[in-house]
Formats: sequence, C-alpha cells, structure tokens
Amino acid sequence: MSSTVDAAETLDVQGQNCPMPVVKTKQAVDELDADGVLEVLATDPGSVSDIAGWAESADEFELVDQSEDGDIYRHYVRRTA
Amino acid sequence: MSTDTPAGPTDEPSRAELAARVAELEEELADLGEDVAAAQTEEKMVIVATQGTLDMAYPPLILASTAAAFGYDVTVFHTFWGLEILHEDHASELSLSAVGNPNLSVPNAVAALPGMDAVTSRMMRQKIDDENVASVEELIQTSLDTGVDLQACQMTMELFDYEETAFFEGVTTGVGAATAFQEMAEADIQLLV
Repeated sequence: MSSTVDAAETLDVQGQNCPMPVVKTKQAVDELDADGVLEVLATDPGSVSDIAGWAESADEFELVDQSEDGDIYRHYVRRTA
Repeated sequence: MSTDTPAGPTDEPSRAELAARVAELEEELADLGEDVAAAQTEEKMVIVATQGTLDMAYPPLILASTAAAFGYDVTVFHTFWGLEILHEDHASELSLSAVGNPNLSVPNAVAALPGMDAVTSRMMRQKIDDENVASVEELIQTSLDTGVDLQACQMTMELFDYEETAFFEGVTTGVGAATAFQEMAEADIQLLV
C-alpha cells in the first residue's frame, strides 16, 4: 500500500524523540495544500502510536498509511481541509 | 373478542403533523451538533509550571507543544522556580540535584559534596543529548513558534528581581494569578507541574 502513496513533501525527523515527530509533522502538514500528503521518516518507535493518535483526533488531517522498514517508521498523513 | 379493540381517538396527531415534528427535532439536533463542534474547536489547556529543575522543565514544555499540535489553545503560566525555564540565560543551565533523589543512584552523603549538583546536571544533560531528546531551549522555541502562550508571573518576577528583558522574546509578562485562574476556568485541561 505504502508504495502507492504519492507524497507531496517528506519530513525527516530521524533521530528525534518525543514530542518532536508529532510537533514537526503538524507544522509541515500545515504547509500543504488540501489533499496533499506528507511522508514522515522517523526512528522514534513512539511515533507510530503518537502520530496515529494525533491524526485521529484532528479534523483536518488523516493518517493514510504507516509502515516499518528496518529501524525507520514511515508515516503518511493527508491534509483533508 | 373483538369488543376490546379501542376505537381510535379522534385527537391523534396526523401523519403530516408527526412528520413536521420529526423535521423540527432533526433541525434542533443539527443545531446541537454544530454547537458541540464549535465547542470542540475551542479546546484549551492551561499548565501552571512551578519547578525550575532540569527534569521538571520537560513535562510542561512537552505537553504544551504537543497540545498545540492537537490544535489546542495552550497557556503555560510560570511561577516561582518555573520562571527559570523562561530565563534566556538560565534555561540552558537548569540543574538537578541527587540529594534526596532516590531515582539517582548516588548516596546522599556523596551527593551533598560541593560541586556534585553540577556533575549530576552535566551527566543528565549529556544523557538528554545522547538520546536525541530536544533541549529545553529548543522546546521553548518550538512552543512559541506553534502559538503556545508562555507567561511569566509578575509577582514572582518582582520577587526574584527579573526584568522582562531577561526572558525569551515572545514570553508574556504582566500577568497574575487572576489571569491564570480565569484561563483555567475556561480550559478543558488544567495541570500543575
């Protein structure tokens, strides 16, 4: 599934810890046009639960996909409005 | 057998009247839904930060920047030692004591020796850096950038002789307990750290 996601931008937060993956994802996705998808590359294992929970609670964003590739967690977040 | 079948009362609402009533109720429900949605978009969190040690500087800053990412209107009211977090020269030098801290495996008799607080603090700072945890200054900047209102209590500023210029740019000064209380009364989440 993840290979079919066409991301407009990529945010690299590898090496950064809580709360930065969520905080920086929000800042980056705010910059996107409606329907744009942000790809987030993280190494923080907590980012899986944190980004999913954050996206679920937000009206204007949605989680498209999450995958684990070795030590790297890939998150795809779409701006819906 | 059929005699106990009640005759239909003549004042029973007609189908059209019932339909109108349903439409009216649906409209009321939609209005309520809008009110609830409006209330939810104005979610607010207030944290009162009273501690100025390296470890205690983190929880308010992490929660504040996270809540801002969730779209919350966030205020952190810094009072007493909490002011140290906002002090431009002190924020990078917050310290930690092993005395009376059972979480740090240093006996009190050793921890009380001169210079030990500096050693403990340096070790903690190194650990924070090694684990790629954001610095206090970085979290302050991120909080300010994402619209968190970092407030410095006026009374403790005067108590500690701190000028407004001693704090990071963007910190709100000239606020007291009444302002903090008013914001707490309106908030969905209130925390004392």
